[in-house]
Amino acid sequence: MNTALQTQPAARQRMSYLDAIVQAQIEEMERDERVILMGEDLAIYGDGKVLSTFGAKRVWSTPISENSFCGLAVGAAMTGLRPIVALNIASFMYLASDQIINQASKLRYMTGGQMKVPAVFRCSMYYNSSIAAQHSDRPYPMFMNTPGLKVIAPTTPADMKGMLKAAVRDDDPVVVFEDSTLWTVKEEVPTDPDSLVPLGKADVKVKGTDVTVVAIAGCQKPALAAAQALKGEGISVEVVDPRTLVPLDKETIVKSVAKTGRLVLVDNAHRTCNAAAEIGAMVAEEGFGSLKKPIKRVSTPDVHIPFSPSLEKPLFATKESIIAAVKSLL
Amino acid sequence: MSFTKAQERETYRRMQSIRQFEENAQRLYLAGKVPGACHCSIGQEAAIVGACMALRDDDYIVGTHRSHGHPIGKGAKLDPLMAELMGRTTGICKGRGGSMHLADGGVGILGESAIVGGGIPLAAGAGLSAQVRGTDQVALSFFGDGASNQGTFHETLNMAAVWKLPVIFFCENNRYAITTSVAKSHAQPDIAKRAAGYAIPGVIVDGQDVVAVYEATRTAVERARRGEGPTLIEAKTYRFDEHQVGLNIIGEPYRPDAEVQHYIKNQDPLEIFKKVLQKNGWSEADISAVEKEVTAAVAHSIEFAEASPLPDISEVYEHMYSNPINYPAAAVGARS
Repeated sequence: MNTALQTQPAARQRMSYLDAIVQAQIEEMERDERVILMGEDLAIYGDGKVLSTFGAKRVWSTPISENSFCGLAVGAAMTGLRPIVALNIASFMYLASDQIINQASKLRYMTGGQMKVPAVFRCSMYYNSSIAAQHSDRPYPMFMNTPGLKVIAPTTPADMKGMLKAAVRDDDPVVVFEDSTLWTVKEEVPTDPDSLVPLGKADVKVKGTDVTVVAIAGCQKPALAAAQALKGEGISVEVVDPRTLVPLDKETIVKSVAKTGRLVLVDNAHRTCNAAAEIGAMVAEEGFGSLKKPIKRVSTPDVHIPFSPSLEKPLFATKESIIAAVKSLL
Repeated sequence: MSFTKAQERETYRRMQSIRQFEENAQRLYLAGKVPGACHCSIGQEAAIVGACMALRDDDYIVGTHRSHGHPIGKGAKLDPLMAELMGRTTGICKGRGGSMHLADGGVGILGESAIVGGGIPLAAGAGLSAQVRGTDQVALSFFGDGASNQGTFHETLNMAAVWKLPVIFFCENNRYAITTSVAKSHAQPDIAKRAAGYAIPGVIVDGQDVVAVYEATRTAVERARRGEGPTLIEAKTYRFDEHQVGLNIIGEPYRPDAEVQHYIKNQDPLEIFKKVLQKNGWSEADISAVEKEVTAAVAHSIEFAEASPLPDISEVYEHMYSNPINYPAAAVGARS
């Protein structure tokens, strides 16, 4: 399951990253009556369309009880449903983390494989939009440190649609980190409802030979812009999107570094133990011989996200900061 | 709504099974044969078995770290439970769970949560699932007095009440969360009264009286199956042993020895039910036959466990994922 890549060129439809999230859920709920959606204030933004498409037993508008409604989803997943939980803002993952970590991720293992938990926990990372520290986190590293979960952060409309659908069809709990800075990105997306993008496979978004840039989630946008600008200067950058953070596609990353010998990691999560740190350590262990220069990270410093734009904007990766990092390795 | 003759026998068998299984678990723990921690339900058998007897085989339960009683109460076989206590490959959780997590999916147990209050939402989720799937299954959540102070208790009761989920919230109130008494930690010591805050029935029942527990739970189960929503049952009970075997409590005792002795002497749920059986015409020989049957089953479970191998480290990754992707080479094929 969920490994069938679309091979035939099929019908495509132009849609945004946000539309792709909605469309993936509607298609999966139409395909499989065991799929339900739960969450708070679903009428806001995209999920309102899901709410108006399906009846009460398929869409559950919850009270503000993040931890327990995630627990309900776990219990429902263990007894025959395939819940999608919409947690809206990524900082709410902390409230839900007890049920996601202590129950969802562990129950299969702790019961010796008797149980399975096919649940999807979605959240959107809002940042760089002056909503201050309690609404601006990018907490995927904490969930990467929890065995038993799959953690994805798709960055294009087609990847989002295909991977969210693959997540719903996966028998393990999947945590989806959506990036609101990508909501308006548009592209042609396959319309075939069985077109999936497999979990656990990175994608080389731009091929190059001089430097590998691995960029996480919303960092793809400035990374692609940086690669484009550097091309004009004769510098060939390979941009890799891991797409799935757990299980990481190490092979694609190590292979790219073997070709370029230089690695820049771009990650808007706080620097300590972030995804860039893990990927950097992995390359140091498994690809050290091909490195011509030390690994370079462009990461958000270990400071809370401030409200004032003049304080907040400089904390996140930009085209310029990525260009500077690439050039420092040449 | 009281027991049939066959149910009386099965009830006593399950209560005796918990008692004898745990007496042996304690002995084996002290002998170093059961690793980790060992939390026993001795004294609470009537609450557990009375609740379980009101459920069908296909109903769900979720339990707690004091986990031995729940599967036995729901009718699980003893061999895989004892093997799990000893961390063997034949254990019900293949040696991944142990004493605090004897979840037997075969009898409808979804998990035994050692995070206090962690299992309560799972039961409501199973109830929600039954409602969506259109079955008349119910889910029962066992939890303790301590768990009733967790957010999950309040959040879940509210959601289950709003959505009329087929759930029974069953509090085994044994009066002490480790060393913290209900008197010192609950502004309202009758936990069942909290049901009023969620507009659902709250029932207090004598947790040492298995017939009373069965009847109260049966009423709640019937209500849930009719689609009328959840009930909170508080069974007032008592744990006869320390929170866990061998626990070293420093300073003043948190419960007086005279209180413990009073419950052991006058409130033993097995003795109380035995009197009911005698009144209902059971002979000493009939009762003793059940006890002997249980003794043999427990002895068999110990032999089974001791004869079973410990899992090999090469198997440590097994059961992590239903659908492993990019998994370490050590995880796949390492056994061959």
